[in-house]
Amino acid sequence: MASARGELPPWVDLGLIPLLNLVVALLFAGLVVLIIGENPLEAMWIMLKGAVGSLKGWGYLLYYATNFVFTGLAVAVAFHAGLFNIGGEGQAYFAGLGAAIVGLGLEFLPWPLVIPLAILASMLFGAFWAWIPGYLQARRGSHIVITTIMFNFIAGSLMVYFIKDYFRPVGRMAVESREITGAYILSFREIGLRFFDLRLPSTPLNLTVFLAIIAAFVVWYLLWRTKLGYEIRAVGANTEAAIYAGIKPQRIIIITMAISGALAGLMAVNEVLGVQHRLLLEYVGGAGFVGIAVALMGRSHPVGIVLAAMLFGLLYQGGAELSFAKPLISRDMIVVIQGLVILFMGALEYAFRPALAAIFIKAED
Amino acid sequence: MDLSLIAEVLASTIRLSVPLVLACLAGLWSEKSGIVDIGLEGKMLAAAFAAAAAASYFQSAWLGLLIAITVSLSFALVHGYAAINQRGNQVVSGVAINMLAAGLAVVLGNTWFKEGGRTPALPVDARFMPIELPGARELAGVPFLGDLAKIISGHSILTYLTVLLVPLTAWALAKTRFGLRLRAVGENPHAVDTAGISVARLRYQAVIIAGILCGVAGAFMSTSLSAGFVRDMTAGRGFMALAALIFASWRAWPAFYACLLFGFLQASGNYLQGVHIGGFEVPVQFINLLPYLLTVVLLAGFIGKSIPPRASGIPYTKDR
Repeated sequence: MASARGELPPWVDLGLIPLLNLVVALLFAGLVVLIIGENPLEAMWIMLKGAVGSLKGWGYLLYYATNFVFTGLAVAVAFHAGLFNIGGEGQAYFAGLGAAIVGLGLEFLPWPLVIPLAILASMLFGAFWAWIPGYLQARRGSHIVITTIMFNFIAGSLMVYFIKDYFRPVGRMAVESREITGAYILSFREIGLRFFDLRLPSTPLNLTVFLAIIAAFVVWYLLWRTKLGYEIRAVGANTEAAIYAGIKPQRIIIITMAISGALAGLMAVNEVLGVQHRLLLEYVGGAGFVGIAVALMGRSHPVGIVLAAMLFGLLYQGGAELSFAKPLISRDMIVVIQGLVILFMGALEYAFRPALAAIFIKAED
Repeated sequence: MDLSLIAEVLASTIRLSVPLVLACLAGLWSEKSGIVDIGLEGKMLAAAFAAAAAASYFQSAWLGLLIAITVSLSFALVHGYAAINQRGNQVVSGVAINMLAAGLAVVLGNTWFKEGGRTPALPVDARFMPIELPGARELAGVPFLGDLAKIISGHSILTYLTVLLVPLTAWALAKTRFGLRLRAVGENPHAVDTAGISVARLRYQAVIIAGILCGVAGAFMSTSLSAGFVRDMTAGRGFMALAALIFASWRAWPAFYACLLFGFLQASGNYLQGVHIGGFEVPVQFINLLPYLLTVVLLAGFIGKSIPPRASGIPYTKDR
C-alpha cells in the first residue's frame, strides 16, 4: 500500500509529526527545568495561568503574538520561494527608521493621514533592507542566508548611529528619539478609557493586532489566490520547472524578498507607533528570530503562523510571569524553548518519520 | 601618531583576532567537508560559559578548557546528527544551536551563580594569563624593538597555540590524505563514496574538529580575554568569523589575514570610541559594520570572487 513507499496519510504528516516534534521539544525544555531543580509541571501551570488566566495576560500574549505574526509571515513568504531570510531582525529594526522619520517629520498632518503613511514607510524601509540581499542573490549570486545575516549587523550599527546622532534630542542622555505624537496608535486601554469609559488592564496591546490579522489574510490570498503567489511557490518548489513555465526566478526572488522585508517591517508599527511611541535602540529584541520558529511551527501557512505566534506569545508572557514567581528560572528559558522548537520542528523534522512509517506498515498488515 | 599607542592597538588586535581565527578555522574545516556552520557563534558562546563555570568551580583554567571543548563538541554533534544522519536543513540547525546556547548559558548561569547569568569573576589562577616571552623585558626601553616586543609578547598560551593552528590547518587540508579526502567530500561526495570512503564518517570528523576549535575559542573569550562569562559575550564574533571565511574564499592563510583585519577594525573601533578628530566625533559604528559590509560587497563579486565548496549545505543521499 501507500505506506510501503514511505508515504503516510496527510493527517500524520501535517498533524501528528509536527505535534510529536513539538511535544519532544517541550519535553526537553521540561528536562532543563528539572535540571535547574524546579518542577516542570508547576512551571507550565504558572506560565499558563500567567498568560491566559487573566485579561492582562491575554493582552500581553496578543501583543507579543502581533510581532511574531509579522516576523513569522516574513520568514514564511521567503520559505515559499525557497529562500531562507534570517534577516527579519535587521529588516524590522531598519523599518523603525521609516516609522520614525514619517511619524516625527510629518507630525503636522492629521492622524488619518500620517498613520497610513508611517505604516507604508515602515513597510518600505523593511522591504528595502530585504530587497538588497534579494537583488544580490538574484543578480550577483550572493547567498541570501549570509547576506541577510550580515545585514542584521549592518542595521545594528547603522541604527545606533542614526538614533544617537540624529534622533536623540540635544542634551538627552538616553539613546532614543523624542516622542512620536502624530502617528500615535492607540492601545486598547486608551480606547477603553477614552471612548467606552471602560478600565482595561494596562497592557501594550494596541490596534496593530488587527493589522496582523489583515497581513495574515493578505499573505494567504497572495500565495494561494494570485498569479504572483503561484509563481513564488513554483520557484520554491522547482526552479527548473518554473523556468520552463516562463517564470523568471530572479524577478521572483527580488519581489519575494521585498515582500518578506515589508512584512517584517510591520513590526515597527506595533513597537514604535503602538507601544514605545519613540525609536529605541535594539527595540526588535530577537522577535525577528522568533519568526523563524513561528514559521517552522506554523508550516509556513498563515493560519499555522497565527496559532504558532500565539503559542510563542503565551510562552513570552508566561515566561515573564514564571521568572517573577520562580526567580531561579530566568526569562531566557523562552530562548531555550525557541531553540528546541527550531531544532525539532526544523532541522530534525523527519526524525520520527521512519519509525511512524514502520508502525503504519505493521498496522496495515 | 604615537608609536606606543600603535603597539597597543596592534597587541589588542592580536587578542581580539584569536577567537575569530579559531572560529574561522572551525568553519573552514566544517564547510570544506560540505557542512555549513551558522552555529559557530552558539558553540563559542556555550563554550565560553562552560569554561567560565568550570574554571570558577574547579579553580582551574585547564579544566575550564576541557569542559568548554566537551560542551562545544556536544553541540557540534547535534549539528552533525541533524545535518548528516537526518539530512536536515543545516542553516536551520545552526540557528537552533545559536538560540539553545544563548538561552541555556543564561538559564543555567542564573541558577548556578545567581548573578543574572554572569559567572563570578575568575581569579588569576583560574585564567589563562599573559606569558612574557624571554627577552621582552630587556627590550622594553629600546625604541622600535621594544614596541615590537610589546605586540608579540604578553599573550596567553591559547593565543600562541592559535597561531600554530593556522599553518597546521593549511598543511593538513592541502597535503595530507585526510585533508584531500575532506575537501573532496565537500566538492563531490558521490565520487568519494564511489571510491569506498564513508562520506558520513569524514563529515563527522570535520564537524568534531569544528567543535573542538569553537570550544577553544569560547574558553579564550571567558578565561583569557575576560575574567568570566557575561550574557551574549561573543557578540556576533561567530558571524564575523563566518564573514572572514567567505572573505578568504575558504582558504586557511587568507582566513587568518581576514581575521587579523577584522580584529584590527574591532581594536581600532575600541580605541576611537569618543575620540574627536577635527571637531567631529569619529562614527565608530561605521568601523564596526565594515567587516560585514566588506563581506557583502565581496560576495556580490564587486571585489574579487569567493567560491564556496561545491557541495556545501547539500545533504548527501546515497544512490541506490
